[in-house]
Amino acid sequence: MRILRHPILGNLDEQPPVFIEVDGELIPAREGEPIAAAIIAAGRLKLRHTRKSGEPRGVFCGIGRCTDCVMTVDGQANVRTCVTPVKAGMKIVTQGASPEREAQE
Amino acid sequence: MTQSDTDIIVIGAGPAGLSAAAEAARLGAAVLVLDENDRPGGQLFKQIHKFFGSKDHRAGVRGYAIGDSLLAETARLGARIELGAVVYAIYPDRRVAVITADQRRLLLNPKKIILATGASENALAFPGCTLPGVMSAGAVQTMVNLHRVLPADKTLMVGSGNVGLIVSYQIRQAGGKVAALVEAAPVIGGYGVHAAKISRLGVPILTGHTVKCVHGTDRVEGATLVALDDKFRAVPGSERDIEIGCVAIAVGLTPLAELALMCGCKFTYIPKLGGHLPVHDDNMETTAAGIYVAGDITGVEEASSAMEEGRLAGIAAAEALGRVAPSEAAVLKQAVWARLNALRTGRFGQARRDAKERITAEGRGAHVV
Amino acid sequence: MSSNLAICGYLSADELATCLPAPERMAKGPVAVIECVQDIPCNPCEEACPVRAITVGLPITSLPVLDAAKCIGCGVCIARCPGLAIFVVDGSRPGDEGTIQLPYEAWPLPEPGESVHALDRAGRRVGTGTVEKVLSAKAQDHTAVVIVRVSKQLLNTVRAISVEGRAEA
Ligand SMILES: Cc1cc2nc3c(=O)[nH]c(=O)nc-3n(C[C@H](O)[C@H](O)[C@H](O)COP(=O)(O)OP(=O)(O)OC[C@H]3O[C@@H](n4cnc5c(N)ncnc54)[C@H](O)[C@@H]3O)c2cc1C
Ligand code: SF4
Ligand code: SF4
Ligand code: FES
Repeated sequence: MRILRHPILGNLDEQPPVFIEVDGELIPAREGEPIAAAIIAAGRLKLRHTRKSGEPRGVFCGIGRCTDCVMTVDGQANVRTCVTPVKAGMKIVTQGASPEREAQE
Repeated sequence: MTQSDTDIIVIGAGPAGLSAAAEAARLGAAVLVLDENDRPGGQLFKQIHKFFGSKDHRAGVRGYAIGDSLLAETARLGARIELGAVVYAIYPDRRVAVITADQRRLLLNPKKIILATGASENALAFPGCTLPGVMSAGAVQTMVNLHRVLPADKTLMVGSGNVGLIVSYQIRQAGGKVAALVEAAPVIGGYGVHAAKISRLGVPILTGHTVKCVHGTDRVEGATLVALDDKFRAVPGSERDIEIGCVAIAVGLTPLAELALMCGCKFTYIPKLGGHLPVHDDNMETTAAGIYVAGDITGVEEASSAMEEGRLAGIAAAEALGRVAPSEAAVLKQAVWARLNALRTGRFGQARRDAKERITAEGRGAHVV
Repeated sequence: MSSNLAICGYLSADELATCLPAPERMAKGPVAVIECVQDIPCNPCEEACPVRAITVGLPITSLPVLDAAKCIGCGVCIARCPGLAIFVVDGSRPGDEGTIQLPYEAWPLPEPGESVHALDRAGRRVGTGTVEKVLSAKAQDHTAVVIVRVSKQLLNTVRAISVEGRAEA
């Protein structure tokens, strides 16, 4: 959820959105914000699955330390999305085994 | 980034590191500040509330505005700041190993080093604690105040120190709801005025309560709270369920002191200040000569005290380099100590002051390396 | 430390005894109520007051003390207090209603004339109020001061307002 109005910080400046592709879905983002912020703003908290048991994970530390937020960005695995800025057109894919996805396949 | 002309390297561009850099640069030292973040300021720029203190501490000014002027001061005085630069080691010969933003590896050889790496937030274990939506309070604060993103409509806050209280208030300011704030201890840890601010907005503060578990499949959907008795045991039958989309964890911070450990600094253990801390003297110098510390790495306090410690370290390092006469340095340091001591009084501050005095007592005259 | 403030997060009647102005003083005109009872290092209120009605002194952890005889109820101290702990109450008007000036840092700001929920220190709705004025000068740095009219009986009870549920323009 975007915070458009704020009593202290004022209105969010109207910067035209850029788009990034997350698991094949286009979502709007603000250029330069962390990838994780854009994904959370789009209403999704889950960013990866653990490799062995496929458990979902999302942002925990938000400062690049815990690696719970890693995703594959433009083909590069294990990118910490909480500290990696958005660039228009990025292609982002969720890592790790998802139980549902395996069931579907 | 060149190294030949660097007198002092400051690691961390938070309030402590920037203040140290400003002070040392003012006295004529060539200062380079390194921070792994893309933005300077450490934790300071997400503090959007007015700070306490006196006029000397810039009381009544919002944290980010203090950050803006600190940054301007640092730049004006000529300290350089290199962002996206991770310091991953300090070798026994005092060389500083850095990976720069463009992935270069550098070995720098400064005359003095000031460690101002801050602290990292503690996690808390409970069933469901790894579900997406369980976040550190600092991460929520960054999302809300810097990136203007609210993780969920309703949040459960865990921990009633100033961080938990302030971040709860800031979630409300951003239009979110705080379903409850739980605190395992029988009393609130932070300032009463911060607690009163969220209470009157209808945030229930439940002391003697904790989160028993968090439910959800792909994300947080709810939590079960439970009351605790005076021995911190769950009271049977006191469970209650609440619906929430985010759990913010504000249960303390641990100093990021690995680099001090690599330098061979002597440590001491003070739980009240966050755990294992490098010992230092009244100049903020550790037991490893030429290595200084300032801010949360020396014990978790607050931004105002971090800035004063930074100033002390900056003055002392410049003095050690001969950039300022000892008599003049003494006057400058005296003024900083007066401000610092004023912050460390009262029921919240005195205990910190006592603990800090134990650290300096251990650190005085013990330069072993 | 086992005060209500430390356990529940808001001041109880006992704890307020030292903060609340005497009824005679309230009936005379606007007066500050300083709900700051812990020895925290802080003193901007002292400096803010144009008539020097607030004293903190040294050390700066001393509690602020109001000289109610000096206070003119101007409200300048409200937005200067980082703890948002100062209110100004006025029970001097004829009739059943008085006013409270309170700090407000939420979005949206209430509008003059608007009817709002009046909340007590625990955030419970205890009545309604009518907004008289919203002061938000640059010097206040985004801490607005809202002057709200409530029943005189609620002058020592209401400490926040909420515009929840209002029809968005
Ligand atoms: C959620 C939260 C809310 C808070 N609210 C308040 C408040 O309202 N008021 C208040 O006074 N205090 C508050 N504090 C505390 C205050 O922010 C800290 O005490 C203060 O920021 C400490 O300053 P510092 O400079 O020591 O560390 P930090 O501000 O943490 O800065 C440390 C910097 O070092 C960098 N760094 C660390 N390791 C490395 C490395 N190896 N290489 C390169 N760079 C590195 C980091 O990127 C960071 O920028 C809050 C803290 C938190 C977590
Ligand atoms: S209301 Fe005005 S006169 Fe009274 S204490 Fe506050 S600043 Fe001083
Ligand atoms: S400014 Fe506010 S918080 Fe600070 S001492 Fe005065 S009343 Fe208390
Ligand atoms: S959330 Fe911890 S590294 Fe990104």
